[in-house]
Amino acid sequence: MMNMLSINIFQNWLEQTHGIWYVLVLAGIAAIYLGFFAVAGLMLVYLERRVAGYFQLRLGPNRVGPWGLLQTIADALKLVSKEIFIPKMADKLLYKAGYYIVIIAALLALAVIPFARQIQALDFNVGLFFISAVSSVGVLGILIGAWGSRNKYSLIGAMRSGLQMISYELSAGFAIIAVVLMAGTLKMTGIVEAQKHTWFLFQGHLPAIIAFMIFLISGTAETNRVPFDLVEGESELGAGFHTEYSGMGFAFFFLAEFINMFIISALGATLFLGGWLAPFGITDGLPAQWLWGMIWFLLKVFVLIFLLMWFRWTFPRIRIDQLLTLEWKYLLPVGLVNTVIMAWIVWKDWLIHLG
Amino acid sequence: MEPNTQILSTEDLRSQEYFLNMGPQHPATHGVLRLLLTMDGEIVKNIEPDLGYIHRGIEKMVEYDTYRQIIHVTDRLDYLSSHINNEAVALAIEKALEVEVSDRIKVIRTMMDELTRIASHLLWWGVMGMDIGALTTFMYAFRDREMINEIMEKTTGARLTMSYNIPGGVMFDLHPDFVKDVKAFIPHMRKVLPEYDRLLTGNIIFQRRMKGVGYLSAEDAVSHGASGPVARGSGVRCDIRKKAPYSAYDRVKFDEIIETGGDNLARYQVRMREMYESLNILEQLVDNIPEGPYQMPMRTLIKLPKGEFYQRVETARGEFGVFIVSDGKKNPYRVKFRSPGLSNLNALIQAGRGVKLADLVAIMSTFDFVIPDIDR
Repeated sequence: MMNMLSINIFQNWLEQTHGIWYVLVLAGIAAIYLGFFAVAGLMLVYLERRVAGYFQLRLGPNRVGPWGLLQTIADALKLVSKEIFIPKMADKLLYKAGYYIVIIAALLALAVIPFARQIQALDFNVGLFFISAVSSVGVLGILIGAWGSRNKYSLIGAMRSGLQMISYELSAGFAIIAVVLMAGTLKMTGIVEAQKHTWFLFQGHLPAIIAFMIFLISGTAETNRVPFDLVEGESELGAGFHTEYSGMGFAFFFLAEFINMFIISALGATLFLGGWLAPFGITDGLPAQWLWGMIWFLLKVFVLIFLLMWFRWTFPRIRIDQLLTLEWKYLLPVGLVNTVIMAWIVWKDWLIHLG
Repeated sequence: MEPNTQILSTEDLRSQEYFLNMGPQHPATHGVLRLLLTMDGEIVKNIEPDLGYIHRGIEKMVEYDTYRQIIHVTDRLDYLSSHINNEAVALAIEKALEVEVSDRIKVIRTMMDELTRIASHLLWWGVMGMDIGALTTFMYAFRDREMINEIMEKTTGARLTMSYNIPGGVMFDLHPDFVKDVKAFIPHMRKVLPEYDRLLTGNIIFQRRMKGVGYLSAEDAVSHGASGPVARGSGVRCDIRKKAPYSAYDRVKFDEIIETGGDNLARYQVRMREMYESLNILEQLVDNIPEGPYQMPMRTLIKLPKGEFYQRVETARGEFGVFIVSDGKKNPYRVKFRSPGLSNLNALIQAGRGVKLADLVAIMSTFDFVIPDIDR
């Protein structure tokens, strides 16, 4: 499985004649990925509901299956069986294109996330760039779908979405640049390997910590979660951009939101918390390194996801002009200055290398 | 405090205005209120409420009811202050018949009023948080509101539409557990209210969303007939419990809560502080519930003398008035309910003009509408 996953798809696609086995292997990898992330998305929904229950003095789902684990699968089955209703006045092409773009963008970004050493579908030299490029495509789907559904609430949601995504991409970019400066590469594995002795969060003195915080804030904004869920804003806009979607159309948006949350957390774990590396190398000598790598990686991702959920169930929603003020007047200048300081630190070689 | 001036910055930009139909099915209207909004981008230019989606003709209906039956209909006005509404009708009838109720009845009514007020404010607080996106407040508020509901249920047999008041008293005597339960509730509430502040009030996002938004001047509040926490948030002294004390309010010490901000935060603080005051009132009364009858002897079929009778009370939302015109028969000739919600809705049009859509939702939340109270 390790070898299968570590095939460098782009290279081999060009080099090899596309034999039947090669196509089958590719299809197999894709199926594994899709299956894994469908289940991961559903489990995240389950987790979100359990965490919400924990925060809100209630139990959350606990009836379907052991500890309610099958609840979200039952919900998904229900959504599959529902009618996909298209409003009469909607632009059918754009309406349908909306959710496909959103889910495809979310799944594409997964390709470069390193789960452990060599457990990665695609490891090429601009992996980080690829993620930020692909994740900004998702907003197109939201805009198109909301425009296509001919609903004023959807449109307001889409306008907000456009503002929000374009703004927060910038500061997320600066946070990422700070890490790239430290690592000296855009390759995901290279970034993880550069943290062999110390996580980037601690390597770069204060600027790295500031970059991490900016990354968390703009990551929350990019995934449209509270306190930045203006796009959905259920108490203001009904359901925002997906007001008119039902059945699987809605489910795709919903799943994409949770996969995006996973991606942001995975990116945070990879960039700042050392990815698959064990803290202080405590499991380094043990067998089945790929399994340990995955365990550590998922543990770090879980911590960040829990943080995002904590935000969601505690904070009120911020207003659109405050959102833009926060980005353009605070996060962006701070990010800029931070990047310059980080460059200085790297230039002077003041990075902290423990061990 | 300056009114919200964000609109000035985009005044030079021209864009097409459009209609947005908010409601009758909209999560922030908490019922079937319909607002026709004229929007310019995100900014609300004008608000035009369209009422009548839950109009049941209650005022006409009660013309065919006997006086005892009117009380049960008032549960369905402002269902979160049902006990206080009932009391207004009972007091009006007692006033018309010149019946003096016993001290026990007065104290019971006052305590129930204050419990109702706390329950109503708790629900408001939970929903307020939800409206601006903090979903956890709802569950916290409902946990504590449940204690009040249980107290109510034990004594009155109902949790929401209590119909506990009758002309000349209350339906049943207090449950033996009542004093014990209220005594357990008061310290619990004093413990959780600061917790609420830590969760929501102190939050920077919340403060930013509330401060200076939805400004309503004292003059506007008065001229639109606003009452209750909405008017008191603008610095208008309008607490009926102080101005025209009824039941046992003349024998308890409490402050009329006034905030002068006139914005969302002021209205929010009025309600939060009112809960403390309600606890104070409960604390003063819970140990001195006088002995006496819980019902005064009254005829089964009540006939009011000819004339006009008015009684006003302070519900959780403001001034609620009952105006009865009697021609001496067993039914009233005409009944008019002065509900706080309708006048407050007028003030919303004033306060909500020129704000962002998200702010309108927050303002509506601090105005605390109960739609059946507006429509009747």
